[in-house]
Amino acid sequence: MAETMAYKVGERKGETFSYLPPMTPDRLRKQVAYLIGQGWSPAIEYTEPEKSFSSFWYLWKLPFFGEKSVERIMSECESCHRANPGMHVRLIGYDNYAQSQGAAFIVYRAGAR
Amino acid sequence: MAEKTYTAGVKDYRKTYWTPDYLPLDSDLLAVFKIVAQAGVPREEAAAAVAAESSTGTWTTVWTDLLTDLDYYRGRAYRIEPVPGDTNAFYAFIAYPIDLFEEGSVVNVLTSLVGNVFGFKAVRSLRLEDIRFPLAYVKTCGGPPNGIQLERDRLGKYGRPLLGCTIKPKLGLSAKNYGRAVYECLRGGLDFTKDDENINSQPFMRWQHRFEFVMEAVHKAEAETGERKGHYLNVTAPTPEEMYKRAAFAKSLGAPIIMHDFLTAGFTANTGLANWCRENGMLLHIHRAMHAVLDRNPYHGIHFRVLTKCLRLSGGDHLHSGTVVGKLEGDREATIGWVDLMREPFVPENRARGIFFDQDWGAMPGVMPVASGGIHVWHMPALTAIFGDDACLQFGGGTLGHPWGNAAGAHANRVALEACVEARNQGRPVEREGREILTEAAAHCPELAIAMETWKEIKFEFDTVDKLDSAGPQLRVVNA
Repeated sequence: MAETMAYKVGERKGETFSYLPPMTPDRLRKQVAYLIGQGWSPAIEYTEPEKSFSSFWYLWKLPFFGEKSVERIMSECESCHRANPGMHVRLIGYDNYAQSQGAAFIVYRAGAR
Repeated sequence: MAEKTYTAGVKDYRKTYWTPDYLPLDSDLLAVFKIVAQAGVPREEAAAAVAAESSTGTWTTVWTDLLTDLDYYRGRAYRIEPVPGDTNAFYAFIAYPIDLFEEGSVVNVLTSLVGNVFGFKAVRSLRLEDIRFPLAYVKTCGGPPNGIQLERDRLGKYGRPLLGCTIKPKLGLSAKNYGRAVYECLRGGLDFTKDDENINSQPFMRWQHRFEFVMEAVHKAEAETGERKGHYLNVTAPTPEEMYKRAAFAKSLGAPIIMHDFLTAGFTANTGLANWCRENGMLLHIHRAMHAVLDRNPYHGIHFRVLTKCLRLSGGDHLHSGTVVGKLEGDREATIGWVDLMREPFVPENRARGIFFDQDWGAMPGVMPVASGGIHVWHMPALTAIFGDDACLQFGGGTLGHPWGNAAGAHANRVALEACVEARNQGRPVEREGREILTEAAAHCPELAIAMETWKEIKFEFDTVDKLDSAGPQLRVVNA
């Protein structure tokens, strides 16, 4: 058994999927397809990292109700990121039946390339 | 009860309380008991006796019976069914008019349904298998103080199960050392840690001191990870006054969640605490110590699905459900049955899952099931498949037993969880490909690789848990 490793200090995370390697476009595409396939409404939020604890991030445009195109959501995520460098960008799937979010995860993390 | 003449003496129960032609009303509270009658007692008589003793009847006729409309107030045994594979026991279905029970009082319902009747001589054994609470009654109960939806919104956690861990050793740690264990778990990636149910306020660690150190740990881990964290501060106490005092102190420290043992403390205490939590914006985690005393014997007591329904009415945001796969293995279909009862708005009758009645919860919030007990990373694929997103998975030894410590153990579990969720969303069969999914994730995570090596001797168990198939479509005796 390997020798005990010290746990790394001070790495901020960001909820679902933030403990996995950063999303690649291919992996992201699959999650977008899942979200749309569940019948949820895609939406994009962004914020300054220091305000990330708030329940309310800035909403990018409006939720993309009825959008079935994975590529459209991919490009909206990228547009939001381009327009807001240095901010976290999060993809949401609004579940209107549960009045909750079926999915929510950071797509572009501030400070990452 | 049509005749208005009084004749003293003992009458066969079935003359009054066995009504096979009765069609239950939507507003009736329905119950099904598993009965083994005493030798020589006909099934109809035993069923009627249970209906009588759990409602208006007593052992003899009394003249004051004639002063009320007993025809309205009596419970009615309306159906008898055989128990599959059992020649001694039978199911008795009983309908009770809603006005037999005080509104919003699980206490009153249980006092009637599982009161004196359980010591009744006419039956050898008695088990309350299920209750259908009419929607009209459900609406009089407070229910979960927050519910799954509000919990997620408060914590900002979506699209995955939550992760927790019970701090061990369960007794004996000082407050600061205990807080250390909490801090390590939370900074490693868990959402929650939990007081063991045995922890109240013992000489080695008084409750105030535990609350203070634990909340320092919670706040520090939140600041470092950027994620909401919590620790179930157990406020179960010797008296209600003391319980409320501890709850209020937890709130003053900024705790998001407290914990209560609903059976040992009782439904009166639990309902009161749930109301307090609703008024104070506090999540309520419910532990179920003593449940096995009530629900494990297949011929005596109260089935856990009934306790589950009672807790949802009394109030709680989390409830321990069993894991199916861990050290306390439960039947998979039966567990899914009571997990549905915790969190779904409507649960249809489904004998294959042990559910005897349709249950309409109206708009009552859902309770998050908590899977805890002897589980580790290798169980993660099965757990995500069985429980879906709306559950809290708790790894005690499976976190604290990691060779590199709590933070590494927590990290390993979080990576395993997120890998399983991602794979599920990609359409992969998570249980079947569990080994590949975890192995791929471990390539980026040495903490997970070590965890998988540590617990590799404990084999996958999910091939063997599906027991209801062999028992046929009818209800198998659960908890046998």
